[in-house]
Amino acid sequence: MNHAYGPLRRKEDARFIRGQGTYVDDIVLPGMLHGAILRSPLAHARITAVDASAALAHPAVVTVLTGADLAERGLAWMPTLFGDVQAVLATDKVRFQGQEIAFVVATDRYAARDALELIVVDYEPLPPLIDASTALDPGAPVVRDELPGGNHIFDWTAGDKAATDAVFAAADVVVGCAMIYPRSHPAPLETCGAIADYDAVAGKLTLWSTSQAPHAHRMLYAALTGVPEHKVRIVSPDLGGGFGAKVPVYPGYVCAVAASMALGRPVKWVEDRSENLMSTAFARDYHMQGEIAATADGRILGLRARVLADHGAFNAVAQPSKFPAGFFHIFTGSYQTQAAYCEVTGVYTNKAPGGVAYSCSFRITEAVYLVERLTDMLARELGMDPAELRMRNLLRPEQFPYTTPSGWEYDSGDYPRALQLALDMADYPALRREQAERRARGEYMGIGLSFFTEGVGAGPRSHMDIMGLGMADGADLRVHPTGKAVLAISVQTQGQGHETTFAQLVAHELGLSPDDVEVVHGDTDRTPFGLGTYGSRSTPVSGAAAVVAARKVRERARLVAAAMLEAAADDLEWLDGKWRVRGDPDLALGIVEIAKAAHSTLELPAGIEGHLDASAVYNPPNLTFPFGAYICVTDVDPGTGQVKVRRFIAVDDCGVRINPMIVEGQVHRGLADGIGIALMQSISFDEIGNCLSGSFMDYLLPTSLECPSPELGATVTPSPHHPVGAKGIGESATVGSPPAVVNSVVDALAPFGVVHADMPLTPANVWLAIQRSRARTDLPAS
Amino acid sequence: MKITVTVNGADYARDVEPRLLLIHFLRDELGLTGSHWGCDTSNCGACVVWLDETPVKSCTVLAVMADGRRVTTVEALAIGTALDPVQEAFAVCHGLQCGFCTPGMMMTARWLLDHNPDPTPEEVREAISGQVCRCTGYENIVRSVLWAAKHDGPAEDEVAADEASGGHQ
Repeated sequence: MNHAYGPLRRKEDARFIRGQGTYVDDIVLPGMLHGAILRSPLAHARITAVDASAALAHPAVVTVLTGADLAERGLAWMPTLFGDVQAVLATDKVRFQGQEIAFVVATDRYAARDALELIVVDYEPLPPLIDASTALDPGAPVVRDELPGGNHIFDWTAGDKAATDAVFAAADVVVGCAMIYPRSHPAPLETCGAIADYDAVAGKLTLWSTSQAPHAHRMLYAALTGVPEHKVRIVSPDLGGGFGAKVPVYPGYVCAVAASMALGRPVKWVEDRSENLMSTAFARDYHMQGEIAATADGRILGLRARVLADHGAFNAVAQPSKFPAGFFHIFTGSYQTQAAYCEVTGVYTNKAPGGVAYSCSFRITEAVYLVERLTDMLARELGMDPAELRMRNLLRPEQFPYTTPSGWEYDSGDYPRALQLALDMADYPALRREQAERRARGEYMGIGLSFFTEGVGAGPRSHMDIMGLGMADGADLRVHPTGKAVLAISVQTQGQGHETTFAQLVAHELGLSPDDVEVVHGDTDRTPFGLGTYGSRSTPVSGAAAVVAARKVRERARLVAAAMLEAAADDLEWLDGKWRVRGDPDLALGIVEIAKAAHSTLELPAGIEGHLDASAVYNPPNLTFPFGAYICVTDVDPGTGQVKVRRFIAVDDCGVRINPMIVEGQVHRGLADGIGIALMQSISFDEIGNCLSGSFMDYLLPTSLECPSPELGATVTPSPHHPVGAKGIGESATVGSPPAVVNSVVDALAPFGVVHADMPLTPANVWLAIQRSRARTDLPAS
Repeated sequence: MKITVTVNGADYARDVEPRLLLIHFLRDELGLTGSHWGCDTSNCGACVVWLDETPVKSCTVLAVMADGRRVTTVEALAIGTALDPVQEAFAVCHGLQCGFCTPGMMMTARWLLDHNPDPTPEEVREAISGQVCRCTGYENIVRSVLWAAKHDGPAEDEVAADEASGGHQ
């Protein structure tokens, strides 16, 4: 029995452990120049002059591009992935601190930086718009005065307002809260960068870049530069993490392209960490007002939410175009509800653009946070245990496929089983007893739960697109004469281990060893079209394409095998990795033998082409819906506000696990994200728009000392519509863990009367939450 | 300034700017791209190499400070084709995903095990606490270092036998 699934050492590790990975900045081309970007120190200012003459006189400087230079070539503005435009280099005014103004190209990276100091920019400062809640006020500074709508980007609603209002009016209990999901940044350890190499003779543009979506980027560069799409090659080499930050196209990439096309030489641009944190894709920044309605005995009836979304200076979110608020309207989560309604308003502010990045599954992070905080608040209001309240309201297995009040069809799930497993792993009753004992001693221990439903693997193409490109992905599979296979895929690993998992998928279908399947990715000249890796799409969409291609190869092999065995194809069955004659299983042929014959002089019946190659394009019928139950145990020092995450129990169900080792690694990462986002990671600004989180000294990331050793559990509920029953796992823990951490901290602070505290729960913010709350309720009045 | 630095056992004489960072000297001058640059502020540790016998963040060391000294990078961890147990461990225990922090993590791990051959998980966490990994949540890095501690120095067949029974194949 061939079974290629299971924990398997990663193929890609051979190069990484030797220091032989190839990241963009490792690549050196002959004659390559280095670019650096001059950025605005102001959040909002009119540019009256840019004088680059002194920079141009620098002996190492080859050229300087300004907004005016790019405007002459039609490159001063570029389309965003969401139908807006973004300045490549500012021509009229700057709209956020860190915005790109000029691009210096020099013979080495230090000289390029030096020359930035020689450019003189005259600014006429404008009042900045920093607080999104004032964006629509009369007289507010207008960020995008070239647009008719002022600071307003969109209003978007989902669900049934009248039905929801009726449910709320009839409810015994309504609990509501204003909560902020703060702006954060994915901060992959490798920053963004590119090398553009334009060959004027061939008319071909090659761009090595940190891209999670090379094919979508190819189309954008073709549209932008006029280089036809078949003459644009995007190569995404090893990526040092992405997490969504490498989905958009950034001005630096375009500047490198423009410079290379102007100079006919390769131009490298790699941003530094401050540039990365201040100008590339931020995430979240959702200001939410949520309400939950329930019966007195704890039956959830409905949810309502009003959201203000801060999109920064340009609407550069990367998400399906029909969904301006992403998938936020999945906010009824994992519970039975009669009605739900949400309104989302998006606005411009004088902050960096972005908004959908950082393992957020197109805003499901924000949705899960809202419903899981509200559920905990409801439990507090009702005096119920939060685990009991969740168990009472979770969707039941027999309800799947389940259509939510806002229109999502969840494919499969056994939610109570996952929650019960988490409670058992944690020994939840013992934790509550320990908590009571500690509270009696004046120690503040918190137990936080979160139950989440994810939605990943975007498609179908008719419903979801980016720039009009439907979200379906291709796979090309070639089996060579010796039975060794090469699979080319459209998606792009940033560390997820595609070279291993995808080899396992194909090997499993063809009765091969994963060692015999080479996976090619990250080069648009060598791979089929597809939308790329984000929203945990790889396994649900591209993985499915690989399996469909492999099954086509298998069927083709059946015809060849029939010719070889002089049997009817219908008399063959695929069993234990071989085509076998029914009733005579010893008459069997494996793919290796069949591949040899398929390429040989063997006469094949009419209509059979020979060889063993196949292509597939997979258009997913629906998303897949992974889910999980998380429990976070914290200890909080009320004197300092310090939070220590003591335990993290995580039960994930992502359907069939192809490589459980890699799946667990993905969960580990997401749990660390949850701790970081909940406790420390926040991109913040002062009142005039100075970014206060522009380096790793200020934008704090969790280290080995903040992250506990996680305790993982699994249930397996296959997706009924995925070819192998798999769902995505890349973002589950990032989606599910922040509310578990916050619920835990708020639970720890319950004796102080704290019902909510906004992230990040830094020591200062925790301490303030205690001070602002009612006095301790667990002590006798003095 | 003229400097001579012994990198991974070979002497390199170069004329460099006084401000040149050691990480850029290694990467751009010598082509040793295994060490990575990640933050500029010595927070992330993707650039950790050894200066003489001590791990340093090479983004905050000037190349001229390495004049006359020895630098060891990830490229010297393996001896010929024989991997260091630390390298083997990161692959066996899935101690890496994107691989960007991995060289720095492995250099610190090697140093730790040279000075503390049998560390506790807490000691491993302390040792790598000045470095950032965005992929693993650190758990599998800790497991990797502990695996390496267990497999440091033994005969190769012993490692192979253990691997056959324990770690991921």
